[in-house]
Amino acid sequence: MNSRSFVSIEDIGRPQIEALLDRAAFFEAHPDSRLLEGKLVATLFFEPSTRTRLSFETAVNRLGGRIIGFSDAATSSTSKGETLKDTIKMVANYADLIVMRHHLEGAARYATEVTDIPVVNAGDGANQHPSQTLLDLYSIRKTQGRLDNLTVAMVGDLKYGRTVHSLVQALRFYNPRFIFISSPELRMPEQYLQLCRDNGIEYEERSDFGADAINASDILYMTRVQRERFTDAMEYERVKNLYTLRNDMLAESKPTLRVLHPLPRINEIALDVDDNPKAYYFEQARNGVYARQAIITSALNIELPHDEH
Amino acid sequence: MSTDKKHLAVAALRDGTVIDHIPAAALFKAVRILGLENTSKSLTIGNNLASGHLGTKGIIKIADTFFTDDVFNRIAVIAPTAVVNTIRNYEVVEKRRVSLPAVIEGIVKCPNPKCISNNEPMRTRFEASDSPEVTLRCHYCRRTVAGKDAEII
Ligand SMILES: [Zn+2]
Repeated sequence: MNSRSFVSIEDIGRPQIEALLDRAAFFEAHPDSRLLEGKLVATLFFEPSTRTRLSFETAVNRLGGRIIGFSDAATSSTSKGETLKDTIKMVANYADLIVMRHHLEGAARYATEVTDIPVVNAGDGANQHPSQTLLDLYSIRKTQGRLDNLTVAMVGDLKYGRTVHSLVQALRFYNPRFIFISSPELRMPEQYLQLCRDNGIEYEERSDFGADAINASDILYMTRVQRERFTDAMEYERVKNLYTLRNDMLAESKPTLRVLHPLPRINEIALDVDDNPKAYYFEQARNGVYARQAIITSALNIELPHDEH
Repeated sequence: MSTDKKHLAVAALRDGTVIDHIPAAALFKAVRILGLENTSKSLTIGNNLASGHLGTKGIIKIADTFFTDDVFNRIAVIAPTAVVNTIRNYEVVEKRRVSLPAVIEGIVKCPNPKCISNNEPMRTRFEASDSPEVTLRCHYCRRTVAGKDAEII
C-alpha cells in the first residue's frame, strides 16, 4: 500500500490539484529540468494507447529519466496468464515508479495495494484517467486565468465519456456552471448530476447545440460520439452531426472562449475550426506533457528547484 | 421474554445463536455468508414465516455456534433488519441488531464484468452505506450495487 500513487481524481482535493497545476506550470517554464536523473520509470500498457504512452514517455525523457516497459499486453507475460499482481511485483523490483494503463476497471487501484512503489493510472477501462483530467484543468486555468466561476459546456457523449465525468468531479471545488449538451441516450449519468446538486452547482441539460449555449460559455468541451455506443445505426447517423462544432457557430462567442477536446476527434469538430484562435485542443495535448511531469515528480516526492525568475 | 412464538422457538436451543427477522428472500444468502452450509451442528432454518413488518421472514437457529460481531454484521448487507440472539443455557443473554460494516471484504461479487476483482485472484472490497437502503460501492471499479441485489461469493 502506498500513498503517493495517483489513481483517481476523486482521491485528491483542491490543495493537491493546485499544487500539481503549479508544478505543471513550472515544467512549462522549464521543460528540460533533469529532475529524474537516475530514476527508472516503467510504462506498462496492458492496453495499447499510443497517444497517452508517448505523452508519458516524453514527460520522463524530458526530465532525464529512463524508461522500461511494454506497449501492448500481447508482448508481455500477461499473455501467458500471469496475474496483474505478479507482473506489478516483478516490475517493482526494477523501477522507481509505474505508469500503467489497463482495460480492466480498478486495475490501478489494485496495483497500489500490491507494491510499495508509486503507481500512476494512465487509464483503467471506463473508470478513470486522472492525468487527462489534470491536463484539462491546466488548460482551463491557463486560458482563463482561473478555475473559479466558469461556465463550462460539455458536448457529445456525456454518458460514457470518462473525461467529462472526471472533469465534473474535479471542478466541483470551483463553483462552475455546467451546460450538458447531448442526445437523450447519451445524457450525463445521474450520479454526476447528483454530485452537482450535492455541491450546489448550477447545471442545465439540453439536447440542442444552440448558439445561446456556446455564447454563454467560457469553455466548450467537445467529446467523441462513438458509433458503438448506439444500438440503432440510424440513430447514430442522425445524432453525430447534431453535435458537430463548425467555425461559424463561434461567431458570437466570448473572445476568451476556448474549445477543448481530449482527442482524437472524428467529426465532432469541423476542420475549419482549427485555425480559429479559440481552438485550443492541440495546445491542450501539449499541456499533457507538463501535467504528467508534475504527476510523476510529485509521486516520487521530488522537490522542485527554486525558480530564479 | 414473553411466551410468544419467538420465545418458544428460541427455547428449543440450549446454547447457540438465533438470527431472526431475516427478509425471506435473503435467508439462504445469509446461511451462506455465515458459512453454515457445511456445519455439523444442529441447524434449523425456517422461512416464509409470518412477520408483522417484514411480511414474511426467515429465521436461522444454530446450536453450539457463536459468531463474532464482524461475522454476523456481514449479513447486514442483505438483511439489515436481522436480529441476533445469543443463547446460553436456554436464556437469551444477548440480543442485538446487525449493523452494516463500513467496508465489506470478500463476500460480495462485483456486478461489473470488466472489474479487476472479477479477473484477478483477489478479495473483493466494497464501501457500504445504508441510507436510505443498503448500497455497496466497489472499491476498485466504483460500480454500485444495492445490498438486496448483491451476489454472494
Ligand atoms: Zn468492481
